Amino acid sequence: MIKSYKLRRHIANAFVYLFLIVMGFVWISPFIYLLMHSFRGGAEIYGSTIIPQEWTLQNYIDLFTGSGGTASLNFPRWFLNTFVVACFSCVISTISVLMVSYAFSRLRFKARKKFMNVGMILGMFPGFMTMIAIYYLLKAMGLTQTLVALVICYSCGAGLGFQISKGFFDTIPRALDEAATIDGATKNQIFWKIILPMSKPIVVYTVLTSFIGPWTDFILAKIIMGDARDNYTVAIGLQLMIDQDFKNTYYKQFLAGSVVVAVPITLLFLKMQKYYVEGVTAGGVKG
Amino acid sequence: MTYVEYKQLNPFQRFAYNTKKFFCNIPHAVAHFFTALGKAIVKFFVGIGKGFANYGKTFVKGDWATKLSYLIFGVGDLSKGKYYKGILFFAVEVLYILYMAFFGWGYLKMFPTLGIQAQRTEYINGIIPKQVPGDNSMLILLYSVLTLVITVVVFAIYITNIKDAYRHQIMKANGQKPTSFKYDMKQFLDGKYHITLMSFPVLMIGIFNVLPLIFMILIAFTNYDKQHMPPGTLFTWIGFDNFGSLFNLVEGAKKGYTFIKLTEWTLIWAVAATFSNYILGMIFALMINKKGIKFKSLWRTLFVITIAVPQFVSLLLMNQMLQSNGAVNILLSNITNSHVEIQWLNQDATLARWVVIIINCWVGIPYTILSMSGILMNIPEDLYESARIDGAGPVKTFTAITLPYMLFVTTPQLITQFVGNINNFNVIYLLSNGNPTTEKYYQAGETDILVTWLFKLTMNSQDYGLAAAIGILVFVICATLSLIVYNNSKSMKDEEAFS
Repeated sequence: MIKSYKLRRHIANAFVYLFLIVMGFVWISPFIYLLMHSFRGGAEIYGSTIIPQEWTLQNYIDLFTGSGGTASLNFPRWFLNTFVVACFSCVISTISVLMVSYAFSRLRFKARKKFMNVGMILGMFPGFMTMIAIYYLLKAMGLTQTLVALVICYSCGAGLGFQISKGFFDTIPRALDEAATIDGATKNQIFWKIILPMSKPIVVYTVLTSFIGPWTDFILAKIIMGDARDNYTVAIGLQLMIDQDFKNTYYKQFLAGSVVVAVPITLLFLKMQKYYVEGVTAGGVKG
Repeated sequence: MTYVEYKQLNPFQRFAYNTKKFFCNIPHAVAHFFTALGKAIVKFFVGIGKGFANYGKTFVKGDWATKLSYLIFGVGDLSKGKYYKGILFFAVEVLYILYMAFFGWGYLKMFPTLGIQAQRTEYINGIIPKQVPGDNSMLILLYSVLTLVITVVVFAIYITNIKDAYRHQIMKANGQKPTSFKYDMKQFLDGKYHITLMSFPVLMIGIFNVLPLIFMILIAFTNYDKQHMPPGTLFTWIGFDNFGSLFNLVEGAKKGYTFIKLTEWTLIWAVAATFSNYILGMIFALMINKKGIKFKSLWRTLFVITIAVPQFVSLLLMNQMLQSNGAVNILLSNITNSHVEIQWLNQDATLARWVVIIINCWVGIPYTILSMSGILMNIPEDLYESARIDGAGPVKTFTAITLPYMLFVTTPQLITQFVGNINNFNVIYLLSNGNPTTEKYYQAGETDILVTWLFKLTMNSQDYGLAAAIGILVFVICATLSLIVYNNSKSMKDEEAFS
């Protein structure tokens, strides 16, 4: 009886392994395709075979040196732009989010609940409903087609994303605050010296999410930048490369560019996921 | 049902009971919402009434400086020796008057009409054409909203100024001295720390979220579109006409037809996307977390890579692979040894819709795997053991224990995902771009959902008024759903349960 039960379990597990292997392959096969074809050589724009027949590094070289007719597509510049924007907006957003979450979680003041409700309601409007208004607002400030505008756009609304880190702060025992208050600490000291050091997972999570944001967004960047190609971020840049005009020229360079962007972001994300699980399971158990 | 009775139910019955309760609660929740809204409105007006009463009372009781504070900000504080605050209040008044005189009023006075005189061409001496700048409805609206917001803020400062003057008057009468500048500054790090923390984010959100939102909500009531483009032509208030044209079901009314059809597809899409991801994701998570399966974290990482790669890369890639000469057709050609050229996304509406939903599984299932894995590990092991002793097979265990348990824990998340899918711009826009195109719709394709239609109306055809109206309607749908979740979610009710 026991033996047959074991046997049955082995057979079941074998099926599960088979399923996972097949599905895992299906899941990452587009990326394998992406990786392989970014190294594809030859004159053909779209490959006619699944596995490339010629291999080359030329697509990457074209992308970074501007050879092979990609000079008008300034990929290194786009990469640098995105990096700068990501750094600045990451700093500003992280600070805003943590400040707002701490205030909502720990401080008790008049209209706290009202502020939280307004924050929730604002989050429910479709995000880009306001993009036209933001565009004209930035235009009135003379900021359209600049990287400053992008930093502002990515970081200004950050304070609204307080839910996750507030949830995390809520789980830190209040007794700690009280003990510190008795010892004469101000709220400011409690925030910097007690709460923040205890919140490493959620701080890292917030930093990484806000850093990744500018690399992946593309609607807002497209509207703000218009045709100022020198100020593009990688997202709109890559989309430009498979636009109607360029599609039949730069397809392979597009694949190479996608790899260049996807690899670091993927690594960051996998790193972030660890902190996400730590932070969110701690902050979200009450669900 | 009493608590004991509830505890005696098996998980499946509990889930049924909870589901029933949830749906029975919807009317109640809505009613509750409206009573709460009514109460809030009453409270608001009572508050205003009290405010006026206080306003009068303070004036009667105030000394000369407090009375003068009603006209000139900060006089009360200055006369009581609180110099820095008095000067700040006074500066606010001066700046506001200057702002209104040189900028704000000029726009605000045209707010009711949104401008009369459009930009026009005049001929100097009857020959040389010259552009004469006229009004610009867009700027009038934008700066009017700005002026109104500033006015509200200044009004709040005005009231604070009066209260502060009166407070210092009473303090003086009691023989107390006003607090020093240094002490006040220290308070901003302790007792008033929330002001320090919140002012910068609130200011940012105010300028770049609230202000544009008010502006767009107002745009929904204007005829701002291609024919009414300032500065060449002006737009004006048209009341509810934009909403009217969306609900216009008369034969041949294209906008109304598009709206109904797209709403229908948006809901189908949201239901299909949410449930396919949910159920399939659960099956994947179960497989990965099954007892005796090794390399669990490897499998999870394998699937999570789809989320990790930026969506515009993976979806644009998918879009390219599904083109007529893309990788999928090449693969099919190689397998069948013939020339296959299927138009996955650009021809047949039904096929395109299926493709979009299936690709969305590819994008969305990993999210479910991530969130489910944690919950699955929390199901008490003894439940399974007792079921096995009672002779339940794997299928029975799944339907009787796992599924009800998961549904019970993740219902709020399910609705959040549903709302997220209604707003799922990226998948539709990057993958199919709303294609296949059709003549039947106004500025939309067969796979467009409401938010992508909104985007296209804004970007391609400049129907700003109509787009804003759609935005408001999408908000109403999402807000209603979120409200139901909000009323039912425990974590909102007892947020201090853990601290």
